Amino acid sequence: MPFTSEHEATMDTIIAKYPKSRSAIMPLLHFAQAVDGYVTPASIEKIAEKLELSTAEVTAVSTFYTQYQSKPVGEYHVGVCINTLCAVMGGDAIYESVTEHLGISNHETTSDGKVSIERIECNAACDYAPVVMVNWEFYDNQTPQSVRDLVDGARTGNPPAPTRGPKTLRTWKQNSAVLAGISDGLANEGVSAGEPSKLGLNIAAKGGK
Amino acid sequence: MTQLTPVLSANWNDSDSFTIAGYKRAGGYAAVTKALAMQPDEVIQLVKDAGLRGRGGAGFPTGMKWGFIPQGDNKEHYLVVNADESEPGTCKDMPLLLANPHVLIEGMIIASYAIRANHAFIYLRGEVVHVFRRVQQAIEDACAAGLLGKNIGGKGFDLELTLHAGAGAYICGEETALLDSLEGFRGQPRLRPPFPAIAGLYAKPTVVNNVESIASVPAIINNGVEWFNSMGTEKSKGFTLYSLSGHVTNPGQFEAPLGITLRELLDLAGGVRKGHQIKFWTPGGSSTPMFTAEHLDIPLDYEGVSAAGSMLGTKALQIFDETTCVLRAALRWTEFYKHESCGKCTPCREGTWWLVQMLKDLEAGKGTEADLEKLLDLCDNIAGRSFCALADGAVAPIISSLKYFRDEYIAHQTQGGCPFDPAASTLFESVAH
Repeated sequence: MPFTSEHEATMDTIIAKYPKSRSAIMPLLHFAQAVDGYVTPASIEKIAEKLELSTAEVTAVSTFYTQYQSKPVGEYHVGVCINTLCAVMGGDAIYESVTEHLGISNHETTSDGKVSIERIECNAACDYAPVVMVNWEFYDNQTPQSVRDLVDGARTGNPPAPTRGPKTLRTWKQNSAVLAGISDGLANEGVSAGEPSKLGLNIAAKGGK
Repeated sequence: MTQLTPVLSANWNDSDSFTIAGYKRAGGYAAVTKALAMQPDEVIQLVKDAGLRGRGGAGFPTGMKWGFIPQGDNKEHYLVVNADESEPGTCKDMPLLLANPHVLIEGMIIASYAIRANHAFIYLRGEVVHVFRRVQQAIEDACAAGLLGKNIGGKGFDLELTLHAGAGAYICGEETALLDSLEGFRGQPRLRPPFPAIAGLYAKPTVVNNVESIASVPAIINNGVEWFNSMGTEKSKGFTLYSLSGHVTNPGQFEAPLGITLRELLDLAGGVRKGHQIKFWTPGGSSTPMFTAEHLDIPLDYEGVSAAGSMLGTKALQIFDETTCVLRAALRWTEFYKHESCGKCTPCREGTWWLVQMLKDLEAGKGTEADLEKLLDLCDNIAGRSFCALADGAVAPIISSLKYFRDEYIAHQTQGGCPFDPAASTLFESVAH
């Protein structure tokens, strides 16, 4: 969609956070995904104009980072961790099962536009393996069945809540806005820490047992 | 038996541990008051005396890093916190920031005051939206409480704090690539010198520290050098977060004095999953050469792990039992390094692709024993021949797995494929039985 004056004002606020405007390129690209769902040629042009860069310079950055999408992804973008530890613990089986279930493969989206799949690298939740991320929210300790249920729920507009995150799963565009620095006010929802995070603490409280 | 020492994780059972009220109730922000009453150089000296070393992998003394910033140079100084946690197996900084973002902010106020920086940044990996929310809310609440902004604590110290989301690039955990990324470029490492302390962000003197390193500072200010030195070993002082994952009964985070052993940690975690034995493990992420059951009693401190031929790294202890094919593990990690190589240096960019092809052939049983020498030769032409340590990390799983499990590589060739059943390694398989 074309950038409105409201969008432009938001972009200016993002740029103002940095001593040098070019530093705002990454949050602006996240913002572009919040508006359109992916990085469109029009948003590349707008960011270039805002930062007084060439479109080639903006494209060079947007194509370097894997979170920036060059084509639309689903409303619910599902990342299955296939780095070694998650893969071994069941991530490979989950990936195989969910792609077969949906009939799509890596970087593809279901025909209803609801769910897309990506093989992702380590997402810093290894003590909750196998891990799946949806719109970059944590879904801990997954199984092939739980992920099939998850995507079925997402396709009917009723995805389960993240394990450590807000009470309801937000859409890809909504979460992209958060990464651009636009608060959605949901920071206080969800647990402080999952049980594995507190394991050592709770053992220490019981005198090391 | 080493006692656990929860410090950073002490209040994680509180349902509001991540709020400013929850943090203050647990004694939070007392260290800022104490530090701002000291001279900046005294703060640097205290952190030096404590012997705090970087918790992000390299183990460089934190206070010394701060001391490298030239003072009286009439330049802006910057503090940049590396929260790009992406090293495979590493999962300590994200739960820390989810549960207690304020302890990082408090540490950042103190560190910025010490190095005389008025603008600090948190470079947070972009793939953790809820962590982003928590940190952003914490910054807003700290601002509202007068802990960030102008004239903090009435002491004439100003600090602006900016949270910046990455966008999925492992290489940005390398400090100079992180700085390029934060400046708005592709994240590619810089040639050093100059080091960031002289020419870092926007070519200004910059300290780049890991989340856990900075988060450890308030406790040191509050409790003193002697307290910190009562934990740990001679050259590896204090407490740290160890992360156990993989084939253990109860995976999780353990805050313990440096120097605890994996045998002790495994004991606390209920051992390797029932009916299985440990086969190999990483002491600090996939870039640190793997260990085996022989190494269970090595003290997990900077010196102990290094003397045994690996690195303490991020203290990401990934445990794999006897059902796991070591070649499969090495190949998957190599695919990761290939995917994450930024492309700047030829040995890494091209070499990791060749490594993947060779390992794929070996896994499929299409290699020969001579290929193992070729593989090592290739590793030798990659490690140490690039700008940054990604290349060194890329060859670590291969060289170390060949060192301990050469027979397994050969077995793939003699049997014409992988002798392992991947289903036996999964968690749900074990649930089904």
